[in-house]
Amino acid sequence: MPDLVWFLTRRLFAALLVMLALSLAVYLIFYAIPADPAHLACGKPCTPDRLEQARHFMQLDQSTLQQYLNFLKGIVAGRTFGDGAAAVHCNAPCFGYSFPLARPVTTLITDRLPITASIALGAAVLWLLIGVSLGVIAALNRGRILDRLAVGVALIGVSTPSFLLGLLAILVFGFWLNMVPVNGYIPLTESPVDWAWHLVTPWIVLAILQAASYIRLTRSQMLEELNLDYITTARAKGASEARVVLTHGLRGVLVPVITLFGLDLGSLLGGAILTEKVFSMQGLGDLLISAVGQLDVAVVVGVTLFSAFLIILANLVVDIVHGVLDPRVSHG
Amino acid sequence: MSSSVAGTVSPTRQAMRRLRRDRSARVGLVVVALLILIAAAAPLLVRLAGQDATTYHIDLLDPARGNAPRGAVGGASGTHWFGVEPLTGRDLFSIVVLGLRTSLFIAVVVTLITTVVGTLAGISAAYFGGWYDAVLSRLLDFLFGFPQLVFMIALGIVVPAGFPRWLLLILVLSFFGWAGLARLIRNQARSLVAREFVEAARSVGSSGWMVITRELLPNLLGPVLVIATLAIPGYIGAEAALSFLGVGVPPPTPSLGRSISDSIAWVYTGADPWFLLFPGAMLFFAVLGFTLLGDGVRDAFDVRLRRTN
Repeated sequence: MPDLVWFLTRRLFAALLVMLALSLAVYLIFYAIPADPAHLACGKPCTPDRLEQARHFMQLDQSTLQQYLNFLKGIVAGRTFGDGAAAVHCNAPCFGYSFPLARPVTTLITDRLPITASIALGAAVLWLLIGVSLGVIAALNRGRILDRLAVGVALIGVSTPSFLLGLLAILVFGFWLNMVPVNGYIPLTESPVDWAWHLVTPWIVLAILQAASYIRLTRSQMLEELNLDYITTARAKGASEARVVLTHGLRGVLVPVITLFGLDLGSLLGGAILTEKVFSMQGLGDLLISAVGQLDVAVVVGVTLFSAFLIILANLVVDIVHGVLDPRVSHG
Repeated sequence: MSSSVAGTVSPTRQAMRRLRRDRSARVGLVVVALLILIAAAAPLLVRLAGQDATTYHIDLLDPARGNAPRGAVGGASGTHWFGVEPLTGRDLFSIVVLGLRTSLFIAVVVTLITTVVGTLAGISAAYFGGWYDAVLSRLLDFLFGFPQLVFMIALGIVVPAGFPRWLLLILVLSFFGWAGLARLIRNQARSLVAREFVEAARSVGSSGWMVITRELLPNLLGPVLVIATLAIPGYIGAEAALSFLGVGVPPPTPSLGRSISDSIAWVYTGADPWFLLFPGAMLFFAVLGFTLLGDGVRDAFDVRLRRTN
């Protein structure tokens, strides 16, 4: 057990370091922006001292390093722009303040996150289920019709961009067959049924595409696993075929599947961003894209770092699950 | 494979032979050859059709249906082979073939850049090892877990308006793209570095550069070719995705991703599904063709995969 604790501490520490390095890099890159945010905020006519005032208020008159430290402090303790009656507060965790939208970036993110997260999480659950079960079925029926079908589905899944499949699904199931709603997001708190009903198509679309590589991985891993000695032993001892496959075989498949899942977290977020655009849902991607158009640096930096932190955290969880499932990882 | 052949024919020859026997790889090869031909001859094809991608044909639109094209199949006719774009009436055939040209150009250039950078980084990490390898491996881990699409969108804000977008697209895709190749090549090269012929080359005083280019590189050409071929469809998809989100190739340069994005409103209402289907089919065939060919190349070169399948 001490091994596991040591492993967890080490991973946690490494994740924190990566987050720090990343935030510094992102900050330096995005504060090299050619447009001056204070200039955009100061309105017309923009006299030199109004510009100076805006710069001071937005704390842009400080050195880049100082601004970065303010940003870090804001995440931990919150921050305040200006003073007196005009002061603007941004509570911790403060990922910056958008002056054009007059809202803290954290609020903007928490408003939009449920949409992107609903798409991503639902699709992830579905794709793991589809990927692993079709992979197992393909392996057990190796060379037969079911196997070829699964491999064919996997090939089409790998070759179709998600937004294309999403639009085709809207055209066929939404417009021609009129079976499912084609756009719009209903919050879970408003009506769980409508929430799920509006998300069914995006989930299936994203899941089918991503499931492809899991079908391939599970299939080949299962085939390898079923040839190992301990499986033969289990069979010789009279274990039923279902038990052999589901408890013994699947355990060997699980670890590589989790590894692949960890690598796919970044593209899961990307897929969700593309999908929300296809289904006209205003999630994180929409927030980011319009911020780029409005030259709203605070939002761009906030969303970029927030998503990077999210991925790093999710990877940490995957790592821990990995370490618990496979003792070799935490001991090595 | 008959083992009697293996003794006399070089591994590359054998791989080529396997590739020729693989039916889906042959289909992929034909599709890829056609696509490259279309992309290369796109301006010529457009002129042959007597069209261009920028002229508006308002007379072909039906104002009563929200300016969707008149007639069936998106207004396809002898003059407009794929019909016209709704709202503007621009020739859709020109947009699709020139869009394919944009896609393939960006994908191929990015593949070339990432292949060279990734191969050099991977081999040198495996050969020199030590802290260089450790630092590079951490960097690769980092690039892997990164929410790349978010970053690619965000970067749009730092780049001056005058900077050509297609070049930015190439640079951004390359920046994130080399990591995958570098890691795979590093792992392949590590098993080679311990082999006797590398030891022998070193013992007769070959420099690091000589060992890398004369001994390691020729032995890694197979894997490099496989990974590069399989990377192309990924870049075609990535370019289309960025253009779809409105942060890729800007108008008026035709782009499949942007056309698909423009078609969303026409798909929701069902007013002109053909505006999605033509660019969509072209994008699908582009990705599918390169994927089939890439899978074939992988099966032909990769001995381990052949055994487990």
